[in-house]
Amino acid sequence: MNEQHTAKAFDIDLQELSRMVAEMGGLAEKQVADAVDALAKRDTNMAQRVTASDNAIDVLQREIEEKSVLTIARRQPMAVDLREIVGALRLANDLERVGDLAKNIAKRVIALNAEFPPPKLIRGVEHMTDLVLEQLKAVLDAYARRDDSKAMAVWRGDEEIDAVCTSVFRELLTYMMEDPRNITFCIHLMFCAKNIERMGDHATNIAETVHFIIEGTPITERRPKGDTEISALAGTHA
Amino acid sequence: MTMANYTVPTVTSTVTSTDGLTEKVSVRNLDFFYGDHRALKTINVSLYHGKVTAFIGPSGCGKSTLLRILNRMYDLYPNQRATGTVQLDNENILSPSQDLNMLRAKVGMVFQKPTPFPMTIYENIAFGIRLYEKLPKSELDGRVQHALERAALWNEVKDKLGANGQSLSGGQQQRLCIARTVAVRPEVILFDEPCSALDPISTAKIEELIDELKEDYTIAIVTHNMQQAARVSDFTAFMYLGELVEYGETTKIFTAPNDRRTQDYITGRFG
Repeated sequence: MNEQHTAKAFDIDLQELSRMVAEMGGLAEKQVADAVDALAKRDTNMAQRVTASDNAIDVLQREIEEKSVLTIARRQPMAVDLREIVGALRLANDLERVGDLAKNIAKRVIALNAEFPPPKLIRGVEHMTDLVLEQLKAVLDAYARRDDSKAMAVWRGDEEIDAVCTSVFRELLTYMMEDPRNITFCIHLMFCAKNIERMGDHATNIAETVHFIIEGTPITERRPKGDTEISALAGTHA
Repeated sequence: MTMANYTVPTVTSTVTSTDGLTEKVSVRNLDFFYGDHRALKTINVSLYHGKVTAFIGPSGCGKSTLLRILNRMYDLYPNQRATGTVQLDNENILSPSQDLNMLRAKVGMVFQKPTPFPMTIYENIAFGIRLYEKLPKSELDGRVQHALERAALWNEVKDKLGANGQSLSGGQQQRLCIARTVAVRPEVILFDEPCSALDPISTAKIEELIDELKEDYTIAIVTHNMQQAARVSDFTAFMYLGELVEYGETTKIFTAPNDRRTQDYITGRFG
């Protein structure tokens, strides 16, 4: 988008839309980090703050939708402009879901209250979170720079998260089998791991959207998958 | 802005498949001159039966010139000449031996401004038919009615066929012109900005009409309204400075064009 529109206001509309998506991305990243931090530190206050902050992401999503609809109505965008706007709508959707998943982790931290799993088990989840945050950061960066190769790298890089998720699931399973009293928090932890794995899927969705915005075509190659056996076990798809 | 920074000289054709398409008009290596000025440069494009092809591009890019070649309208003016070939069903219409009256019966044209003749609605239609055919009155009536029906005008004028064609509204006049074109049973219909003088409702009616007519004809439309091109056409050709820059399926051109110039034009970055 190095050339400017004859109608300058159109450029401003698109820039603003892009800025709002970036802002939403920043918020979502922070929510994910804080939610898992609350889990690791057994900090229910922090978890409560995370659940309360989700609203800001939802508000931004609505604003992006409104602005997109208005821009389409006002400018009848074509080609790359149309893709920019449709892309913003899709990105907002994915980021809103990421926010929801972070909120869900925070809610589980609150539900667990004092009953917390051993730190060893949480470490797996933390490791997954590091990977997902890296993916999110990279893909939002790819969006900000309209960098297709970076987006494609994110798109191909999801398999590691899937693999770690599998190993976390296995670990939790053995722990539950050892002692039924572990089941409650292990289940919560499983859902947390699952949520984080889902965030990874949203990061790849975002990568697909970024590719679409830049190239105008969907990605046709098949995405590399992590462990297929675990995919069934963990119910991972997408 | 200028286009000096663009260097891609070749046409990008993104028509993915011509399976099931019948090429009705085939333009090959067409050049056109207004005196010494070369207004069209090596144009290669196809029009398919049952499809609408839109020609878009900034003013002066040659799109109307191209349309005027398809029925040899330029023959009316001195110092205008075309080289290359334009095949209509395997017949080169640029050939000097081409019968222009027959050609213009086969290739009808609708202009930017409605141009009804200063005669009755009935006569506006019958006039053209009589040029080519001698028909008994009853059959002529049938043809007039059919043409008006095809142009979605019959219900509005059936009770006043004797009224002057110029007494109709702008949109009705344009549909009268379409009826007049359809009446002589053309095979190709050329629309040169048919809606630029019409209000949105009349525009919608004409677009609807084009959609219905395309079943039976080969249609080419020149329009400045990008959304209209996107709505009514199956194929789109983008022209710039007398060159055909990109030609392809409309869905592709308006969502992800190949050529940078096409993208800049349709997104409102120049032109």
